[in-house]
Amino acid sequence: MFPILTVMVALPALGAVLLWALPGGARARAREVALAVTAIELVLAVVLFAQFDMSAAGSFQFSETYAWIPQIGTSWALGVNGIGLLMIVLSALLTPLAILAGWWEDKDDSRRTHYLALILLSEAFMIGIFAARDVFLFYVLFEAMLIPLYFLIGSFGGAQRRYAAVKFLLYSLAGGLIMLVGVVALYFQGPGGDQAFLTDNLTGLDMSTTAERLIFLAFFLAFAIKAPMVPVHTWLPTVAENARPGTTALLVAVLDKIGTFGMLTLCVALFPEAAHWAAPVIILFAVISVIYGALLAIGQKDMLRLVAFTSVSHFGIMVLGIFAFTQTSVEGAAFYMFNHGLSTGALFFVVGFLIHRYGTADVTQYGGLQRVVPVLAGTFLVIGLSALALPGLSPFVSEIMVLVGAFSAAKVAVIVSAVGVVLAALYVLLTYQKVFTGPAPTGKRAKVRELTRRERIVLWPLIALMLLLGFLPGIAIDAVREPAHDIVATVSSQEAGA
Amino acid sequence: MSFTTPEIAWAPLTPLLIVLGASAVAILVESFVRSPETRRRTQLVLSLVALVGAAGAAVVQWATLDGAGTVVLDGMLTVDRQSLAWQVLILVFGTLGTLLFASRTRAGEEAFTPLGASAPGSSDETLARRKGLQVTEVFPLALVAVGGMMLFTSVTDLIFLFVALEVFSLPLYVLVALARRRRFLSHEGALKYFLLGAFSSAILLFGAAFLYGATGSTSYAGVAAGISSSTGTDALILAGAVMVVVGLLFKIGAVPFHSWTPDAYQGAPTPVTAFMGAATKAAATAALLRVMYAALYGLNWELSWLFWVVAIASMLLGTVVALVQTELKRMLAYSSIAHAGFILVAFAGLPDTALSALPFYLASYGLATMGAFAVITQVRERSDEGTVLGEATRLGQWAGLGKRSPWLAGAMALFLLSFAGIPLTAGFVGKFVAFSAAISSGAWPLVLVAVIASAAAAFFYVRLIVLMFLTDVPEGQEDAIEIDYSPLARTVVAVTAVLVLLLGIVPGPVLSAFENAGVLLLGAGG
Repeated sequence: MFPILTVMVALPALGAVLLWALPGGARARAREVALAVTAIELVLAVVLFAQFDMSAAGSFQFSETYAWIPQIGTSWALGVNGIGLLMIVLSALLTPLAILAGWWEDKDDSRRTHYLALILLSEAFMIGIFAARDVFLFYVLFEAMLIPLYFLIGSFGGAQRRYAAVKFLLYSLAGGLIMLVGVVALYFQGPGGDQAFLTDNLTGLDMSTTAERLIFLAFFLAFAIKAPMVPVHTWLPTVAENARPGTTALLVAVLDKIGTFGMLTLCVALFPEAAHWAAPVIILFAVISVIYGALLAIGQKDMLRLVAFTSVSHFGIMVLGIFAFTQTSVEGAAFYMFNHGLSTGALFFVVGFLIHRYGTADVTQYGGLQRVVPVLAGTFLVIGLSALALPGLSPFVSEIMVLVGAFSAAKVAVIVSAVGVVLAALYVLLTYQKVFTGPAPTGKRAKVRELTRRERIVLWPLIALMLLLGFLPGIAIDAVREPAHDIVATVSSQEAGA
Repeated sequence: MSFTTPEIAWAPLTPLLIVLGASAVAILVESFVRSPETRRRTQLVLSLVALVGAAGAAVVQWATLDGAGTVVLDGMLTVDRQSLAWQVLILVFGTLGTLLFASRTRAGEEAFTPLGASAPGSSDETLARRKGLQVTEVFPLALVAVGGMMLFTSVTDLIFLFVALEVFSLPLYVLVALARRRRFLSHEGALKYFLLGAFSSAILLFGAAFLYGATGSTSYAGVAAGISSSTGTDALILAGAVMVVVGLLFKIGAVPFHSWTPDAYQGAPTPVTAFMGAATKAAATAALLRVMYAALYGLNWELSWLFWVVAIASMLLGTVVALVQTELKRMLAYSSIAHAGFILVAFAGLPDTALSALPFYLASYGLATMGAFAVITQVRERSDEGTVLGEATRLGQWAGLGKRSPWLAGAMALFLLSFAGIPLTAGFVGKFVAFSAAISSGAWPLVLVAVIASAAAAFFYVRLIVLMFLTDVPEGQEDAIEIDYSPLARTVVAVTAVLVLLLGIVPGPVLSAFENAGVLLLGAGG
């Protein structure tokens, strides 16, 4: 069988090496090369989606297993279920758009080449993580990914970028290393042998309750930092403010999903008893994230920080959906992971375009733009409305699924979170009001460019996809239904046992 | 009175005999070859041939070893796969170290003083420099040190343990004192290293005497038998055991026996620091492993508190103090103390897997250490007049190195990431196997401390990466740094960088080789 997943991991990595190897003269063409590589990757992702057997979405498909370091029981094992599939499609979709969105960011060819190579390398790691079927492989990619990201944040962006990069790295590393203890401990709970780390071999282990809970916590902490949940979210606004909007778009829209993805596919699937045990506290923190993120978003002047805080709030809803453990809520959370990627990715891109025009992310510097650039204003509004879950756009479907689904399990949490949804209307509409309404700008500020063709190519497909999934959500929900069912079944069997 | 000549199986000692024999020849070369340049070349070739040849012999022995191994000299020495693995490791470090010893700057300057006996700044020194003298004694000294370390990894007798310790320590004391620049620092470092080293040897010997007194034997097997036959806790045995272990912890550089490390690391000529940092730690770890598993295994429970306390103290102190260092070599010295702590984590509870995990850990740590110090030899200060001075070891001087020399800075970043234990580098696999060993014996709280210390340690490794890649060269300082080019040092950088990556991505073959080595011929463990 054609090893499509390995190819999808290797292709961007090789693309990155190719970019670094480009001689000085050819570096002027680096953007085209990077775009071509990511476009091929997108085609592969579409093929993957088309070939995926939706009737068996709960099981791993396109599986490949090769021995990697048999001495410590780890294999190069890839495979996707419905959730991994959606995440891979999301990664493959957003990377070329991020490259397009940042087309004019660098003046210097070699600097730009460096940036693009790092983006490609990150894409390789992302796809590898979403496809990993081996806990050790997952961990290795999870940690190694920090290096390109660290340089993406630290080398390219605003004034405080170095501080932001170090903060990001230390947070992630602290979480990752504690997860390492969990990974090692899990090994000793498992069957051992050459394939000790395959997730299949680690599912349904008979562990002592204490061991299971401790290992669960070690994993969960790493994912909570990545997904950013309050109180370990503080790196995200700093990074968002200082990194390039393109980097942040990828970071928040795709990479942070590794947190929720890990919760779903590792934390809950491998440690159902512990997940069930910890769920009330996790839901509490999820609700706090929803409200706290929304309140802080309202208070932000910097649009990038604002979007970052809205994401903290949205991640809270996803975590709520996962740990409510009902069919609808888990399905909704998994679907929301995809939709949030589309919506937040678009939001960061469009804010980036605004910053490109005005040179600042400070919302008070803007005003009256809808009279000058109506298309940009309209696009922004649609994207903003998707973030506040307007019916007709796909985030609405998933958010309502989480809230309705979770209601039976956690009534108070859902009621409080619903307030967060109302607050979302506030931060989106207030921002729109400040930036686009009011008297038309005068003088130099009046000469603002309308949304260019390149920018439309970045934003409109995302909006179209949100509309499509808003009316026909079944396309994506089919992919997550079975995985969600399996997860809920594993956890509820614990409940019955307890 | 009759004297029976002991039966000695010479064949298993081949690697050792090659190295020690070559060192004897090298001393003769010192006496009879007059021209410094010819002498240097002869010594370099002789050393390399001996080290590579010995490594080859060790590998052949590994392949042809009957059964688990051979006992030599009535149980004084044991040659098994464990000792051969360590010997090969030390020979690799010795070879790389010798290349660094021989490297010169573009201006043809060695790392060593032209005349060790001259007072710093004296007219003798100036004269020696003008006449082009060279201390080529460094090569035989290094060979003796390598030979002593190889012995140290294989001894199974307390008296021989002490002899081997002295054989490799004395040349190192001399080597540390031979720096070409900042000679007072070098002398200070050497004196501290010597005094504290002598002190630790005395403690070790004292402990050996206690153990002999209590068990009536100096051989590991005899001590182990004595321990298992004693009823209850024998204070004499326990005191002796603690003192022997403390003597070895000194050489590993663990807190509170670490105080020589920063000064010796900083003062020594950088090639010596590289060799010492990599090889001494490996040899001392090997000796400690064998003492613990072959002689003191019965005291596992009684001694575990010592390893816990020392490991935690080393990790915390090493990490915290390294955070505030502004001198690169001192920072790496404190990082080596933290690594001593990580090494000791694997000793907690004496799991069988430590015997195969620690050789890998020390291989990854040693390669990154050699590489990092080799990079340091290549970054030099330049005076206002443009003459190239010594190594630029203040952290601030490394700002913007990534722009001046991307490959060199990239290699340094790789070594630092390996120290920090980031996946896809050798350091990660090393930490993984070492921590797995500790968790297998139930020491997970210790591992938790270790990972938190690793995360904190990442901060100062990353700080240097930030300086190299994300900071611009300060205004007006563009000419203050000279990137030197020495083919030998660059070779070391390239070889170690490739090995660090290879051991990080495909560690399988080496891991399985060390798994074979994880069995001791004699001893309770394994």
